[in-house]
Amino acid sequence: MTQRLRYIIFAAWVMVLASTPLWAENYTVRLAIIVAMYTALSQSWNFIGGFTGYPSFSTAAFFGLGCYAGALTQNAGLPVILAWVFATLFVGLFAALLGGIILRLRGHYFAIGSFGIVEVVRLVISSWGDLTGGGDGLNVALVTGSPNVVAQTFLAVMIAIMLIVFAVTVVVDRSRLGFGLRCIQQNEDAADMVGVNTTRYKVYAYTMSAMFCGTVGAAYASWTGYIDPSDSFSIIMTVKVPVMCLLGGVGTVFGPVVGAAAFLLLEEFFWTRFLEYNRAILGAVIVILIFFLPGGLLGIRYRELFARARARLSQPGAAT
Amino acid sequence: MSAPILVLENVNKHFGGIHAVTDVSMGLHEGEIVALIGPNGAGKTTLVNVITGVHSASGGCIRFLGVDVTNQRPFQAARRGLARTFQIVQPFPRMTVLENVAAGALFGGAHANLRDAMAAAREQLEFTGLTGFADRAASALTLAGRKRLELAKSLAMKPKILMLDEVNAGLNSSEIDGALTLIRRIAERGITILIIEHLMKVVLSLAHRVLVLHHGQLIAEGDPSKIVSDPKVIEAYLGEKFARRLKEASSHG
Ligand SMILES: Nc1ncnc2c1ncn2[C@@H]1O[C@H](COP(=O)(O)OP(=O)(O)OP(=O)(O)O)[C@@H](O)[C@H]1O
Ligand SMILES: [Mg+2]
Repeated sequence: MTQRLRYIIFAAWVMVLASTPLWAENYTVRLAIIVAMYTALSQSWNFIGGFTGYPSFSTAAFFGLGCYAGALTQNAGLPVILAWVFATLFVGLFAALLGGIILRLRGHYFAIGSFGIVEVVRLVISSWGDLTGGGDGLNVALVTGSPNVVAQTFLAVMIAIMLIVFAVTVVVDRSRLGFGLRCIQQNEDAADMVGVNTTRYKVYAYTMSAMFCGTVGAAYASWTGYIDPSDSFSIIMTVKVPVMCLLGGVGTVFGPVVGAAAFLLLEEFFWTRFLEYNRAILGAVIVILIFFLPGGLLGIRYRELFARARARLSQPGAAT
Repeated sequence: MSAPILVLENVNKHFGGIHAVTDVSMGLHEGEIVALIGPNGAGKTTLVNVITGVHSASGGCIRFLGVDVTNQRPFQAARRGLARTFQIVQPFPRMTVLENVAAGALFGGAHANLRDAMAAAREQLEFTGLTGFADRAASALTLAGRKRLELAKSLAMKPKILMLDEVNAGLNSSEIDGALTLIRRIAERGITILIIEHLMKVVLSLAHRVLVLHHGQLIAEGDPSKIVSDPKVIEAYLGEKFARRLKEASSHG
């Protein structure tokens, strides 16, 4: 598939998501918001997990911090948009400082360390009851308007965030930074030896992977109007997001977009049909997909696949 | 002779109780080809790792072009013009050969943008005879090809000093001849070369000067032809008993 065709399909997909209020009921609009949201999260993860090859499980920590940073500043009187910007910068700064420490770990150690951060941040937030409301959660000033208007607003917001992260991904992919991150992903020692400032580049990637999760979190808090620690720092989310990226194709521009969409649509499919077993079935599907599709959905050589299928179909005919 | 461009003063490196490098002092002059030899485990690779910042020195001082570079980070060494190849080749496996070399040009060779880096990389591929493989994955090259790739990548970094860690190990004799020609042509460009080598044939035909490392210490230094007949060196390589027997045999005979 040519790169141009991919951009066209992507544009069409964005149109489909953006137009849901025109042709679908609220349930579907809500699904579109979730798709845009997870696409943004998955694209964010791609900076550290895909380009750089560091298996981060910090997504929920950044998302949750974003929820609280946005909600608290919004409740303190900051205009909504500024609260989201603040959450973005706050989470970015948090990740930059943390990255200097945690990115010294490699491989499994990094994965476990990044996972631990979710728990630590969750603990801090839930014990700091005076500020955060602790386990009781926190109400966020609701955006005024009818449910339809609110849904349309947040659909627009999540799609905008998703497009911003997409644009940043495209720029990084073509830049010196992206090249350097790929070098680190393939062989960090060699990257260092070739003149890549690996520490700095890794911190950049980690920060980029975090800050937009902060934006998404803050927007999510404003959307739902209520947050609590278990919802904001969800282990499911911290695992789901990397899986989406793997499913679509890690380290590629369109992988997270495809992965998030495919995952959520599959989940939706199983959710509605097999309510009791949906998690198990979904897990099995994921394992199968990842085992047989190491390059993700975008890594499949569709042309070869079709050629082989055609060859097999025409074989019996040739034998007679 | 002019002042050396790289100076090591009493450089030490230990890993816990293991003294891998002990009090090494040496200098490299511009345009020289110097061989660093010594038995397995002598500390040769460790010394290069300390010079290029892969390991921090436990003691001593390293100066390059008059600047104290002790404990620099590897990427700083690369940008300053201290390039090295790895004993175990270290390509970016899923990048093309061209991209591998372009990485060296972009980050180590300080090219402003990717296009310039690609152009510079093509020149080095031409020079090392890899042009035909430019668009192959680095992992698809043979060992000899990968060693050449290491050379091309290092050269793209526009080094002043190139440290070659056993670039000939595992090559057959015609491949070694090819590598020797290449190394000579690199030296003709004015690049100083420190070559770690086990093959005496290579040492004798290339080196202007030889340094011998044994148990982390520099035990001899000088002319290649003198070094090979130095009893201390023979002892280091063959063991004390064997060296004594050899000496007795030569004095009797
Ligand atoms: N990272 C490390 N940690 C602990 N010990 C090390 C490390 N690197 C090297 N050593 C030890 O330092 C000593 C010198 O090793 P080094 O690899 O420098 O030898 P060498 O001269 O390059 O040998 P060879 O000819 O086999 O390549 C050895 O005893 C080795 O075990
Ligand atoms: Mg060695």
